[in-house]
Formats: sequence, C-alpha cells, structure tokens
Amino acid sequence: MNIKILGPGCANCVTLERVTREAVAELGLEAEIEKVTDYAAIMGYGVMSTPGLVVDETVVLSGRVPTVAKVRELLEAASS
Amino acid sequence: MSLAAVYRASTPTRRWVGSAGVVVVWFALYEVNLPLWDWILYDVLTLSPTSQLGSGVHFFFYDSVKIVLLLVGVIFVVTVLRSFMSVERTRALLGGKREGVGNVLAAGLGVITPFCSCSAVPAFIGFVAAGVPLGVTMSFLIASPLVNEVAIALLFGLFGLGPTLLYVGAGLVIAVLAGFTLGKLKLERWVEPFVFETRLGGQVIDSTAGLDPGDRVQMGVEEVGSILRKIWPYLLVGIGLGAAIHGWAPEDFFTRYAGESNPFAVLIAVLVGIPLYSNAAGILPLVDALHDKGLPMGTLLAFMMAVVALSVPEMILLRRVLKPRLIATFIAVTGSGIIAVGYLFNAVLP
Repeated sequence: MNIKILGPGCANCVTLERVTREAVAELGLEAEIEKVTDYAAIMGYGVMSTPGLVVDETVVLSGRVPTVAKVRELLEAASS
Repeated sequence: MSLAAVYRASTPTRRWVGSAGVVVVWFALYEVNLPLWDWILYDVLTLSPTSQLGSGVHFFFYDSVKIVLLLVGVIFVVTVLRSFMSVERTRALLGGKREGVGNVLAAGLGVITPFCSCSAVPAFIGFVAAGVPLGVTMSFLIASPLVNEVAIALLFGLFGLGPTLLYVGAGLVIAVLAGFTLGKLKLERWVEPFVFETRLGGQVIDSTAGLDPGDRVQMGVEEVGSILRKIWPYLLVGIGLGAAIHGWAPEDFFTRYAGESNPFAVLIAVLVGIPLYSNAAGILPLVDALHDKGLPMGTLLAFMMAVVALSVPEMILLRRVLKPRLIATFIAVTGSGIIAVGYLFNAVLP
C-alpha cells in the first residue's frame, strides 16, 4: 500500500502524518508513507484544501485532520 | 471510542438531552463567572474593587474565563455550520463570475468558508485555474482572515451587537473594494508564472463530502481543542496586557496619544498593528481594556483589523504565488481601506 500526505508542511500536515502512522501501525499494514509538499504535485491530485490523504493514488480525504479511528476506517476500506 | 461513534450509537432522545445538558452547563458557567470572581477576590481575599491591584486582577481572571467560554461556544457552533461549506464549493460558485458581483460574492464566501491559512496557496491556484478573476480571488483572500469568527465572537461578547455588525460590514466593504481595485490594476504579471501553468488534476475532491452529524460534532470539538492549543499563549499575553492597562495605566495616557484629539491616531494604530503578529483572541482583551480607557471604537477596530488581516506569516505564504510588488500593493490597498474605515467610524460613532 502506498500512502501520500499532501501539504506544504504546516501543523495540520504534520498532525495528519502522525495520525496516519498510528493508524497504519494499529492495523499492522505494510505501507510506505510519503510526503508531497510541491504545490503543483498537490494540485495534480485535485486537492485545494490541505492537508490531503492519498491511498494508492486515490484521494480519500482533504481539508481536515481526521482522528486515528477515521483514518483506520479509510485504510480498511481502501485495502479491502 | 470517538465522540462521533458515541454520537452515532446514541438514540435521538439521548442526543437531544446530551446537547441540551451541554448548553445549560455553558450558560450556567457564563452567568456564574462575574459573581464568582467578585466573591473570591473582593469578599474572600478582601481586595478593593477600586484599587489598581483589585481591578487589574479581577479583569485578568474574569476576562480569561469569559473569553475561553465564548471561544469554546462560538468555535464549536461555527465549525459545525462551516462543515456544510468548503473551498471547493466556493470555487464552483465563483467560477465564471464577473468582477463586481464576483467581488461581493467572494467577500461573503470568504467569511463563511472554512479556511486554514496554509491552504491559501492551493486555494489561490485552484481559483485562478478555475478562471476566477484575480481581483475576485483577492476579495476572498482578504475577507477570510479580516472577518474572523473568533473576532466576531469576542466582539459580540465584549461590546455587543452594534460594534460586531460594524466590524463585519466594514470587513466586507474593504474586501470587496480592495479586491475590485487590485483587479482593475491588472496585476496578473506580478503573479508567479507557475500559478497559470498549474492544472488541477483528476476530480476535484469536496473536503466535506460524506460527513454525518456525528462527524460534524466531532469536528467541532476537535477544532475547539486545536484553536485553544494554538492561541492560548497569545490569549494569556493579551489578557495580561489588558489587565495591566486596566489596573495601572494612567487614566488619560492613551487618550492623550491616540484619542479623538489626535488626527493621526488611526494611521498610527494601523502602522503599529501590521507588524504586530497576534490573532483576534490575543488582541481583543487589549482592545477591551483600551476601550475602557476611552479610546474611540474606529481607532480600535482599525488596529485590530491591521493585526489580523495583514500579518507577516500570511505574507510569507502568499509570497510563493505573488511577486513582492503585488504583495506590497495588496498591503497598501487593504491598509488604506482599514485606515478609511477607522476614520469613518470615529466620525460616525458618538
């Protein structure tokens, strides 16, 4: 599984990365987590409100920092 | 278990009783705040309400509790309401709108759209890519920080409805006129070229799609926590300064330098406000204390708007998409609007 965190690097993006790592650990998933900070690349995913979460090249969430439980839900849906 | 999950698992009756309980507790705390500190400070600790120490300390504790309560209540309500709106929806509404009408709509949407300042650049690019005119985009970007929900909450709590409406109205007028002026100046050449080359890929994702009421309640609670964590140092410094001014500053100190008799007061207030980085929560306790010391409302509103709307970190973010000359023009146009509003209010208000 490939996970990308979209965002220029503000507090919200850092929190999203932490939350995502926790969710991945809780689920015991094999995943590589990348950060995307380049604006052109972020826009390439159609994301206008950061932070954004991309799982296997599909945007699953943008514009807010979710809870660990929410990210787990999204990852489970994406991996099934 | 998350709050959203608790909410979903509850019966409708339990949800209503729970929500009503929270509202009653909030109002009870708000009502008991003044008598409680009167009692603790004046009766138990026998401080004098007329002494400098007594009034300063009272201002600090009473205002801290009052402001935190107002913030908790207002941020929660605003976040839940705003979860129905998104930058993506705003962009769709503004696409194809002409200047003029577009500026008015953009300013209004700037107030109600949830917007984190780190999203300023992607939003800017997204708007421009959707064919929203530059001036209309600027109206949105000016209104968003200028008419700030925290400021609305605190102004209403500390000064009442009149000054709050004046603030919102003035903010909208400044955003419309400044955006319109910037649009007329044809400043496209001062936007970094990559903005016009960047294309929005794939499907534009609406960040609010698929939320249920439980999610919205959860978002409200999380936003209260995250804003309070972010602003508490500013809040404490602001209230501390307010308390110091309230208790110790000589009665005529501020009116002598920034009162109605000084024709440059508004200008000075705005020039002092621009580099002073704070946010509405930190600046309003100060505004409250200065108002008590007799400073006119127009000067104070201009000061507050300069602090929240023209902050250095915001400019650094915008520098990624705008060339320095456009940023300078942006500061000059918005700053002039704020100064004009300050003088207008001072002239109109008794």
